[in-house]
Amino acid sequence: MTLIKTTYNRRSFIKSSALAGGGMVIGFSWLASCNPTPEQVNNMPKEWFDINGFLKIGDNGMVTIMSPNPEIGQNVKTSMPMIVAEELDTDWDNVIVEQAPLNTDIFQRQLAGGSQSIRAGWQGLRMAGATARHMLIAAAAEAWQVPASEITTAAGIISHKASNKSAGYGEMASSAATMAVPEEVTLKDIKDFVIIGTDRRNVDGPNIVTGKSLFGIDIQEEGMLIAMIVHPPAFGFSYKSMDTESVKSMAGIKDVFPIDVYPEGMEKQWSDGGSIAKMVAIVGESTWQCMMAKKALNVEWEKTSTLESTSGHDEALTKLLNTSAKEAARKDGDVAKAFKSASQIIERTFSAPFLAHNTMEPMNFYADVTAERAILNGPIQTPEFLEKSLASRLDMPVEKIDIKMTRMGGGFGRRLYGTFGVEAAVISQKMQAPIKLVYSREDDMTQGTYRPTYKVKYKAGLDKDGNLIAWHVKGAGSNDDLIFENRFPAGAVDNYLAEKFILDTNVTTGAWRAPRSNFVAGAEQAFIDEVAEAAGKDPIEFRLELFDRVIKSPVGDPENNDYDPKRYAGVLKLVKEKSGWDGNQKNGAARGVSAYYCHNSYVAQVLDLAKDTNPPKVDKVWCAVDCGIIINPMAAKNQIEGGIIDGIGHATYSQMTFEDGKPQQSNFDTYRLIRHKEAPKEIESYFVDNGIDPTGLGEPSLPPVIGALSNALYRATGQRHYNQPFITEKPLIG
Amino acid sequence: MANFSLKVNGKTEQIDVDPATPMLWVLRDHLKLVGTKFGCGIAQCGACTVHLGDNAVRSCQLPVSAVGEQTITTIEGLSENGDHPVQKAWIEEDVYQCGYCQAGQIMNASAFLKRNPNPSDVEIEDAMNGNICRCGTYTRIKKAIKNAANTSNA
Repeated sequence: MTLIKTTYNRRSFIKSSALAGGGMVIGFSWLASCNPTPEQVNNMPKEWFDINGFLKIGDNGMVTIMSPNPEIGQNVKTSMPMIVAEELDTDWDNVIVEQAPLNTDIFQRQLAGGSQSIRAGWQGLRMAGATARHMLIAAAAEAWQVPASEITTAAGIISHKASNKSAGYGEMASSAATMAVPEEVTLKDIKDFVIIGTDRRNVDGPNIVTGKSLFGIDIQEEGMLIAMIVHPPAFGFSYKSMDTESVKSMAGIKDVFPIDVYPEGMEKQWSDGGSIAKMVAIVGESTWQCMMAKKALNVEWEKTSTLESTSGHDEALTKLLNTSAKEAARKDGDVAKAFKSASQIIERTFSAPFLAHNTMEPMNFYADVTAERAILNGPIQTPEFLEKSLASRLDMPVEKIDIKMTRMGGGFGRRLYGTFGVEAAVISQKMQAPIKLVYSREDDMTQGTYRPTYKVKYKAGLDKDGNLIAWHVKGAGSNDDLIFENRFPAGAVDNYLAEKFILDTNVTTGAWRAPRSNFVAGAEQAFIDEVAEAAGKDPIEFRLELFDRVIKSPVGDPENNDYDPKRYAGVLKLVKEKSGWDGNQKNGAARGVSAYYCHNSYVAQVLDLAKDTNPPKVDKVWCAVDCGIIINPMAAKNQIEGGIIDGIGHATYSQMTFEDGKPQQSNFDTYRLIRHKEAPKEIESYFVDNGIDPTGLGEPSLPPVIGALSNALYRATGQRHYNQPFITEKPLIG
Repeated sequence: MANFSLKVNGKTEQIDVDPATPMLWVLRDHLKLVGTKFGCGIAQCGACTVHLGDNAVRSCQLPVSAVGEQTITTIEGLSENGDHPVQKAWIEEDVYQCGYCQAGQIMNASAFLKRNPNPSDVEIEDAMNGNICRCGTYTRIKKAIKNAANTSNA
C-alpha cells in the first residue's frame, strides 16, 4: 500500500459537482440493455450523493463515475473509470459511466492526444477513488463508533470484523458526502487490483450496436438548423466574392453568407492550426438541401499565396537534405572521420506523402450562441482550447461558454484542431439560432491539417567486423522537422550526427496519430534491417547488440537518451520468443522485424507475409508491448491491433497529392484506405508485466509496423521499398 | 417536394421531401434515425448501409423515390432488444474502437449471414470489403461474424 498526500488538485475532490444528476446516464451492465425492464428501472437509485467531482454514489450502492477525457475510440471512457472504481473498491457491475463536460475546476488535462490520458490521469483517478473510499470508511467508523483503521472494504461493502457489522456503500453515501476530505489516502497495492488488469467491455458497446445517438453528427435539438461550409478549393486561394441570389431561393435554404472565422486580431490557440480565415456558410433545414445549394453556389476565389504541387514539395525536401544544418540536433564523435575508416557505407533515402486523417465521422459541431451565452456540443479532442478560442472570437468570458463532448467517430489528431467548433459558433451567432455544422467528406479531406510530407536520409558506416561505427541522419518535413535526435540509435553509436530541416508550406499540417514517429520509425527500422544484412547479422541480434552497448557503455550522457535500453531490448526478446524467430524465413512466410519507442511505450513486432498468395498477404503479426501496468487487456489489444492495421494501411495505400495547391484526392474513390481483405489474418499481442506506472497505447503500435512490413516485403519480393505509399501499379499486399 | 409513405423498421412513415433525397438523409434528418451513418456520400465506405428488403444497400445512393413498397431496416430496427446474433457477437468480441462505422458493418454482416450462414474467411472478406473501418477493427469484425454464424447455426 502507498500512502500519498491528496494535494493533487484537492479541489477536484472537495467541490460538489455541478454535474450531479445532470447529463445523459449511459448505462453499464444490466442498465445497458436497450429496453430496461420495470424492475431494472426500479433498481435505479432514488437519490445520488456527490462524493467528489469524479463520482457520486446512489442510495442503493450504484456508483456513477465521470469519464473526464474525450473519447475518440481509444477507450478511455471505460479504462479511466476502471481506475477510479478500483481504488473506490466497488463492484464494476454497479458502475454507470458518464462523459464529463469540460470542467477545468474539477478535471485536469481534458484532452485526447499523445497517448497521454492514462499516463497523466493515473494518479488523479486513483486518488479520486481512494478519497471516496476513505470518506465512506470514515462515515462507517462514526456510525459504528469503531476505529476507521479496523474497517475494510470489498466490492462496495464496508465491514468491521470485530463487531460483525457491515453496510453497502449506498447506506453510508449520504454521511460520507459530509465527511472531511482526507489529507492523505492509502492507495491499493498493485497485487490487490481486482478491476485493473481484467477484461472489461466497452461501456458504450450496447449503444453502438443498436445505433443510439452518441456522436456529434447525431445531435438533434429543437429548432436546430443545418449548416455547411464552402472553403477555398486550393491552398493559396482566399475568398473573394459570390453570387447568392439563385441559391438563397432554393428549397429549405435559410441563408448563405461569407464568415470571418478568424478575423485579424483574434487571439488564436495552437488548436486553431490549419484554420481558414474566411469561408462561406450555407444554412438550411436539412443536410441534403444544404448539399444541393453547395453544388449550385458559385464562389469566386482569388490567389493570395503560392500554389504548391507535390513535385515541388519533393524537390524542395531533396534540396534541404543536400544541405548541412546550421546546427546539429545531436553530435557524438566525428562521423566524417568514421566514414573514412569504414569498410562499408550504406546510404538510403526514404519518403512519405501528406496524409489526411479521414476520421469516419466527418468534422461537425453543434452551436447555440446568443448574446448572453454559448452552448457547444460535439467531437473535440481539445475542449479547453476550443473554449479559449471561442472566448476571444465571441468576445465572451469562458464562464458563459459551455462545452460538452460527444463520443467521437475517430480522432487520430484531426480533432485536436477545433476550427470547426469556432466555425459553428460564428454561424450560430449570425443566424441567432442553434445550428449543427456538418462537413461533407470532400470538405473534410481537402481542408488541410494533414500529416506532413517527409524525407529522411540515413548513412551508416560498418567496420570490417560488421560493427556499426557511424550513423548520420538528416530529416526534413513540411512545417515539421521530423527527427527525434535522442532516440535510438543515439547512445549506441560512437559517431552520431542528427540534422533536421523544416520546409515551409501553405498546405496546412497537424498532428496525425503518432506524429513524426508514424514515418521515421518505419524508415529507420527498414534502414537498420539493411545495415544488419550488410553486417551479415541477424536483424534482432544486431539490434540487441546495440541496446547492449547502451546498457553497458552508452555514448554521451545516458540522461540525454529518450529511451530505456533495457525495456527496449525487453520487448524485442519477448517478440523473438513468441514468434519463434529463427531468421527472416519461417514456414514459407517472409518475415520482418521492427521495434520502436514512442509516447512513453515500447513496441516490437514480427510480421509474416504469406508467400503462397499473389500478392502476398499479411498473415500474422506478433506484437510485444511494454506500457507498464495494463488497465484493460481486452481494450489494450484492440488499440494494438488497430494501430497495426492503420500503419500497414497508410504506408501501403494512402496519400494526399497536390497540383497548383489543389488536393488531388477528395473522397474514398481516390484516397485509398486499407480494407478487410488487406488486413492481417491474425494479430497476437503480448505485454511485459513489470508493474511500472501505465503509459498509453493509442499510438505506439502504429509506427514500428511499417518497418516490419517493409522488411517482410523485401524478404518476399527481393525489393526494398523506400517511398510510401508502397503500392505501385501492381498490388504489393492484399 | 413530394409525399412518400415508407416502411421503416416495421412502421409506416409519411414524409414530404424532394424525390431525389437519399434515404440516408431521410432517415437521419427527417425520421431522426441517426444510427445510419454518413461517411462519404458516394457509396465507397459502407457507413450508411441499411437493408432494403433482405439486401444490404448504401442508403446514400438510394433516392427516397426508388424505395416504393420495399421495407427498410436500419440498425435501430435490426432487433427489438439489441440481441440479434450479430449484435451479440459484436459485444462479445468487443469489436469497436470509435464505433462510428459499426452500424454499417453490422447491417452488411447481418444481410450477408442471412444469404450465407456458413461463410469461409475469404467469403467474409469479400462480402465486407466495401465497409471501411478507419480504426482498423477488421480482425475483430471477422471473428465476430464467425462467432455470430456459429451461434445462429447452433
